Amino acid sequence: MKLAQSLSAVAGALALSVSFTAPAAAQQKSVAVTAIVEHPALDAVRDGVKEALAQAGFVDGKNLKWQYQSAQGNTGTAAQIARKFIGDKPDVIVAIATPSAQAVVAATRQIPVIYSAVTDPVAAQLVPSMAPSGTNVSGVSDLLELGRQIELIRQVVPGAKRVGMVYNPGEANSVVVVKQLRELLPKSGMTLVEAAAPRTVDVGSAARSLIGKVDVIYTSTDNNVVSAYEALVKVGNDAKIPLVASDTDSVKRGAIAALGVNYRDLGMQTGRMVARVLGGERPGNIASETSSRLELYVNPGAAARQGAKLPEALLKSAAKIVE
Amino acid sequence: MSLYTLLGAFEIGLVFALVALGVLISFRILRFPDLTVDGSFPLGGAVAATLIAAGADPFSATLAAVAAGAVAGLVTGWLNVRLRIMDLLASILVMTALYSINLRVMGRPNVPLIAEPTVFVALQPGALADYVFRPLLLAAIVLAAKLLVDWFFSTQAGLAMRATGSNGRMTRAQGVNTGGMVLGGMALSNALVGLAGALFAQTQGGADISMGVGTIVIGLAAVIVGENILPSRRLVLATLAVILGAIVYRFFVALALNSEFIGLQAQDLNLITAVLVAIALVLPMLRRRAAGRGGAR
Repeated sequence: MKLAQSLSAVAGALALSVSFTAPAAAQQKSVAVTAIVEHPALDAVRDGVKEALAQAGFVDGKNLKWQYQSAQGNTGTAAQIARKFIGDKPDVIVAIATPSAQAVVAATRQIPVIYSAVTDPVAAQLVPSMAPSGTNVSGVSDLLELGRQIELIRQVVPGAKRVGMVYNPGEANSVVVVKQLRELLPKSGMTLVEAAAPRTVDVGSAARSLIGKVDVIYTSTDNNVVSAYEALVKVGNDAKIPLVASDTDSVKRGAIAALGVNYRDLGMQTGRMVARVLGGERPGNIASETSSRLELYVNPGAAARQGAKLPEALLKSAAKIVE
Repeated sequence: MSLYTLLGAFEIGLVFALVALGVLISFRILRFPDLTVDGSFPLGGAVAATLIAAGADPFSATLAAVAAGAVAGLVTGWLNVRLRIMDLLASILVMTALYSINLRVMGRPNVPLIAEPTVFVALQPGALADYVFRPLLLAAIVLAAKLLVDWFFSTQAGLAMRATGSNGRMTRAQGVNTGGMVLGGMALSNALVGLAGALFAQTQGGADISMGVGTIVIGLAAVIVGENILPSRRLVLATLAVILGAIVYRFFVALALNSEFIGLQAQDLNLITAVLVAIALVLPMLRRRAAGRGGAR
């Protein structure tokens, strides 16, 4: 009896929400966006998508039905958001970051899916290769071409032999970078020294473990590291170890230099791809892309504190000099 | 809210119903506050996904995940029973260690199963859509697990295990090996959670190191919501209650996802879910109170 009452209450609440779901107008396009978690870079991607869509003539509230859901860090919720989106049948689903993209791609073979900010979409089985997939999936990867990153490390610290890296071994994107650096650095006469930071609070101690063992500390866009970058800056300043980052915001927080993806640009690149699909192109015919524009940020003050001297050429090529 | 949303909530609720059954055994029957599940859930997913990606048959991979979960539970039980480490701390230690072990098992933080054969692909009948078939198969698995748990706790060993949880000293005095009962119960509990992890990885596209975050919270919430919907001291009803609790919890999440019509936004999701669960917990009490007042008059 009690059970029946409780269940009918739940059913009633569900029915209520059904009645509020208004049918979309026929000429209106709809885009559903999901991200695994709120995060400055991922939020910038989302905003970039929206801006590029507006530039392409798809304006939220006018001829575009825009919806955004964050899984708030929970993969179970990510799976449920994927199911909800499939049910809503939008014209395009935009999935930001690997776990969200996997949940959406696993749930539909029909609705067009554009992923973004996924470092290795092939390893994540979103697409068989970076070429046009022939499926319902395409998107934009945020993989950095590591050759240019190594070049930047050498420009900031010309004699560097040992490169330290602090990263979260639980983050797929970081592990991809570490694997590639292990192979690439020896070719330039350098070695990689790893320090694991499985939690945000471990970043400082991981960085301290590198003191005396490395000539420079390089970091990828690792979420833990980016969250606790100040801890890294403190070690860099105290022990005079130059810091090179991949997240341009980290330069404002005390890194010497970063050649990174501008995530808003990445979002706009994604948004332009979404607009092509809204215009009638099939995602299966669109090749996956990587970030087309990298920006160099430098911080001469941080260089002085960490005992490095920035070459004039580097300062000239910088998109932004942080004072 | 669409049919797809409802079936999705049902499907994920069924997966977490297995977690809820496991949590019922540890927290309620054994009275062992066990946080191992935050590690054994992704362990099940990691083992199943890695084996399937390596070419193993999905059924044996799923069984291996169940076994791995049981071993994780055994280790927690062993730390507590043999090494006398406090129960809560023992489970925290195993949960922490499992993070590294899961990374070792997978070799990387994420093993995708999007292009691999899973048990759901292997059994998929042509006549049914996959989004209908997945919850059906899961419902059959959950029902089988429930009946198995019901049956086990009616056997001599099962009754001894229940007695261990309600009064350890008394049970020992009856000649029951209570340490062994704790070990067995923890293994059973985490085996169910390992199974849930394996099925979750196979329904949602792969295993990810972060998939364990908050498992215990969802499991406990399911148990408590279930006990509120269907309060009963009979085990057969208690197992049914936690399964319903897990499904109702997921319907609350679905409802929260569809709450934009009252001006709520994406970042409010966890808050809305918490409020809905709180209402579900308080409603029966308010109703009792109202009924009590009516009776006095």
